[in-house]
Amino acid sequence: MDMFNAIVQVLDSTIRLSVPLLLACLAGLYSERAGIFDIGLEGKMLVGAFAGASAAAVFHSALIGLGTAILISVAFALVHGFASITHRGNQIVSGVAINFIAAGSTIILGQAWFQQGGRTPALQPGERFEAINWPGAEAIRDVPIIGPIYAELISGHSILVYFAFAMVPFTWWVLFRTRFGLRMRAVGENPAAVDTAGISVAWLRYRALICTGVLTGVAGAYLSMVQNGGFVKDMTAGKGYIALAALIFAKWKPVNAMFACLLFGFLDAASIRLQGSPLPIIGKVPAQFMQALPYVLTVVLLAGFIGKAIPPRAGGVPYVKER
Amino acid sequence: MSTPYAKLPAWADYGLIPLINLSVAFIVAGFVVMLVGENPFRAAVILVEGAFGKGTGIAFTLFYATTFIFTGLSVAVAAHCSLFNIGTEGQAYIGGLGIALVCLSFDSVLPWWVIFPIAIVAAAAFGALWGLIPAYLQAKRGSHIVITTIMFNFIAASVMVYLLVGALKPAGSQAPQTRNFLAGAALPKLNWVIELFGAKIRSAPLNICFLLALVMAFLVWLLIWRTRLGYEMRTYGHSPKAARYAGISETRIIITAMMISGALAGMMALNPVMGDQHNVAIDFVSGAGYVGIAVALMGRLHPVGIVLAAILFGMLYQGGAELAFEMPAISRDMIVIIQGLVILFAGALEHMFRPYIQALFASVSPKSVGMQAVKGTGA
Repeated sequence: MDMFNAIVQVLDSTIRLSVPLLLACLAGLYSERAGIFDIGLEGKMLVGAFAGASAAAVFHSALIGLGTAILISVAFALVHGFASITHRGNQIVSGVAINFIAAGSTIILGQAWFQQGGRTPALQPGERFEAINWPGAEAIRDVPIIGPIYAELISGHSILVYFAFAMVPFTWWVLFRTRFGLRMRAVGENPAAVDTAGISVAWLRYRALICTGVLTGVAGAYLSMVQNGGFVKDMTAGKGYIALAALIFAKWKPVNAMFACLLFGFLDAASIRLQGSPLPIIGKVPAQFMQALPYVLTVVLLAGFIGKAIPPRAGGVPYVKER
Repeated sequence: MSTPYAKLPAWADYGLIPLINLSVAFIVAGFVVMLVGENPFRAAVILVEGAFGKGTGIAFTLFYATTFIFTGLSVAVAAHCSLFNIGTEGQAYIGGLGIALVCLSFDSVLPWWVIFPIAIVAAAAFGALWGLIPAYLQAKRGSHIVITTIMFNFIAASVMVYLLVGALKPAGSQAPQTRNFLAGAALPKLNWVIELFGAKIRSAPLNICFLLALVMAFLVWLLIWRTRLGYEMRTYGHSPKAARYAGISETRIIITAMMISGALAGMMALNPVMGDQHNVAIDFVSGAGYVGIAVALMGRLHPVGIVLAAILFGMLYQGGAELAFEMPAISRDMIVIIQGLVILFAGALEHMFRPYIQALFASVSPKSVGMQAVKGTGA
């Protein structure tokens, strides 16, 4: 029974840890499917986290915080679009730039506005998204097996967690069942064909980037307003890059993305849980090994040893209309 | 770097446009300073004075510049071959491992002038090997080098943390770093050169790595523009198809370019490790690899430009430290913003102002942009 409870706990923290990855990963999916590489997921999450926590603390409202997070994150996505769509700049360079601007400005502005060493004020209840307890969760908590699963795993998360998981089927539906999704996939594979059909390549890509901005904004808000109750400098700590890795791991598909993010979240949760205690059979696994595993797995996948990851064909190439 | 735009005179292409891009980056940075509630002009004055006002400041500026010359060259060599090496950070980190092994083994028996060359080779070799795997995967299996090098940065960080809290940490110590190197692994300082010009220096870490960096800049120029290998790299960078048609082996050129890039990145570690801290600590690279991207883009991938850009960033680092002292609202992270803005305006938005400048040149003197003067209108 102890073993079972431990597993439920690890799975519970797996869900919590994979939510920001999942949101960022789906965000990346929109832009990369439209043919825009986005290294800047990390930076957009960071500004989202900062803007969300700041606005929530100042206006005493979680919803205003979320809205601000989305707004600022979309603004950064549009800068990326301006550089890489309008001015046909190098998308990777632009993404790197966004990451730096985000990392620096969140610290500078945070220090200037709140004077707490780059932190934002700790969020009070009502300024952050609270856990939602599902009906009957407390009542059946003591029922073996089903009780803990329902009370811990399914119930008791914030609205953003459910939003993140709802975005998976929604993204699938948008991508594969709507006209916008079809065109977006087309513009990532063959923009010239889309252009010939009389559809604006630039406008399609801008819309995809706005979707990216919205989702990274929510991801950031989750970090600072659910997981942490305030912004801490560099709080994304490479999650944007792990999300990117998950996206490749998922071969740019929404449902796969969820499983990839859950896997990476699980590795994270397991390494926190284990903290140097020995595993059966394998023995003691260094925490650093568990931390590096998502990256190693992605490299192995990229090398084509577990299936082949084929990115959208027009990814990274600015579209130049034929003259 | 083929551009779909008409030609501009060289001075405009290599001087005017970068200058405009850079100015815009600094103007935007100025707005951020205003947003924080400080005066951007006073900030600029403090920054420049902090960097060049005193001998110590100059020495620190050049010390930081040394680091950035290495990383800038590293990014540039790969970029000439159209490879975006974001892995400079990790390659430098692993280069530090090579140096640690050499210094920890020999620092009690050999003098610095014997250890230094061995350490250079070790740093370069470790850095190159860390660049080799992504290069091989790019060349042989088509894995995107940007993604693999990012992953390798994280893997490098994990490996180094593992070693620094484990095997490399002296027994009984709590700090995650190697033991301090003995005198044999300390590089001579160059501060006396600045003192020759009459400036006073209290203590600054400027050391002979600065000269090594300048030599490397020259060698990179030689490699890229004066050797067959460099020509092949540039050919591949311009057009992989043309390179293949000319019988240049794709695999060989990608792997060679990335290994040279990795070696330069690894050598960066010599400067802080042997020249300043005399140990290898966690995260000693602290973003210098990423600064290299900004430096390379700003220097337009040319060694001379890179040295100048590295000195500018050295100035920002040193002056930024002074600035944080004078204006508490501004911390050293201001530089990270400036770095990002420089990458944005000098890199991604490189061509934003070009059409306007072309129009300007065309209207002032059509000849300068290679247009035929219209008959009958004189000119």
